Amino acid sequence: MGLNGFKCFIVAAFSLFFVFGQNVAFASEEVSAEAAAEHGAAGGEEKFNPGEAILHHIADAHEWHFFTIKKADGSEFHGTLPLPVIVYSPQRGLSMFMSSAFHHGTHAHNGYKIDHGKIVAVDANGNIDESVKVYDFSMTKNVVQMIIALIVLVWLLTSMAKKYAKGQGVNSAPKGLQNAIEPVITFVRDDIAKANLGTKYQKYLPYLLTVFFFILINNIFGLLPGAANVTGNIAFTAMLGIISFFVILFSTNKHYWQHIFWFPGVPLPVKFLMMPVELLGVFTKPFALIVRLFANMTAGHIIILSFISLIFIFTEMSKVAGVAFTPVSIAFAVFIYLIEILVAFIQAYIFTNLTAVFIGGAIGDHHHDEEGHDHH
Amino acid sequence: MDLLNTLLEVSGSWSHFGGAVGAGLAAIGAGIGIGQIGKGATEGIARQPEAANDIRGAMILTAAFIEGVALFAVIAGLLAVLK
Repeated sequence: MGLNGFKCFIVAAFSLFFVFGQNVAFASEEVSAEAAAEHGAAGGEEKFNPGEAILHHIADAHEWHFFTIKKADGSEFHGTLPLPVIVYSPQRGLSMFMSSAFHHGTHAHNGYKIDHGKIVAVDANGNIDESVKVYDFSMTKNVVQMIIALIVLVWLLTSMAKKYAKGQGVNSAPKGLQNAIEPVITFVRDDIAKANLGTKYQKYLPYLLTVFFFILINNIFGLLPGAANVTGNIAFTAMLGIISFFVILFSTNKHYWQHIFWFPGVPLPVKFLMMPVELLGVFTKPFALIVRLFANMTAGHIIILSFISLIFIFTEMSKVAGVAFTPVSIAFAVFIYLIEILVAFIQAYIFTNLTAVFIGGAIGDHHHDEEGHDHH
Repeated sequence: MDLLNTLLEVSGSWSHFGGAVGAGLAAIGAGIGIGQIGKGATEGIARQPEAANDIRGAMILTAAFIEGVALFAVIAGLLAVLK
């Protein structure tokens, strides 16, 4: 009876809509343009633009910006760390300089300028020169954080390995950091590698461990205030996904390709249907890995930044509202932060686990693979 | 009679509206999906507590798949807002 009533309401609502919207509909451009111009004029230099601020914090940058202090005389002090800019252009050759030469985007240097975060070539007058191709190999924020994470990863795990090689943790109880790292490595080995790869896990364990720890360390670093958003960068996750794709591809064998092109055990028409689906699946699975990690980390950072931005949005309205809202905003932000720490671990685990599942599917060990299958 | 006209005169663009609504719908879908996973997982653990670890692993894995799809939609919404 309730559903019937709801259906009647829907029919009534649609009918009214169509009855009254009969005449030609056009979007009046002037009204929206006017509103936009007004908004733009009001939001000149002083108004806080949360969308822009959030995207600026998530995006990569050629300098590491920590804070900006507005001094009493109106000028700004930027607490930034300039990073090396390495640009190659076939027409101009290699240029290397520090990003402080750009003076936060106000100056052009050596024929290059920063335009919306990208380096573009400019001619002598400062206009953008479209004919010069620019290849940007700079050490940006993300690159520097990746290198720091790499150093931490390699130093931490090789020092652990040396301790184990000396016998501590093997003949005696593990000491210190071994207590923290060993359960994680055992977890990856038993629940991810052995569970999905069966007897052949030894070959893939180094890759799975590397991917897991690299993503985990970059996720955790990305949560620190002022750090770069490495795992929320589509290029970074795309490289990880592509590497996983090649690892999966190089561990395939004849049975795997037979399953894709001529799926056994189903009727003939279904075989023809399965082929494009399975072939597409070969590419969509790593693609899902890429987008999953990217979207999860970026979304988490956007949520945290949005809650912090709420303070500034409320302050725009009135200072009292801003001060009063701050504890609420901080509480929300802390709550989301704790969830994001959990998500950092979970996303590293999911990426590694799904890679292992796909490798396991490629190996296809429900047949007897012990006799001379070539793994190229 | 000018209902459709009035609707189309909304300031700000329709792509912002569409992007936000799309992301919200994706959140509904993800919420329903993951809620059902949680329901199945807790019922399974209640029936057989010894299988709790296996069930927990399967639950997290499946939830990650659904969350991935929901975040595809969020990214699509974000692109609609930004472009």
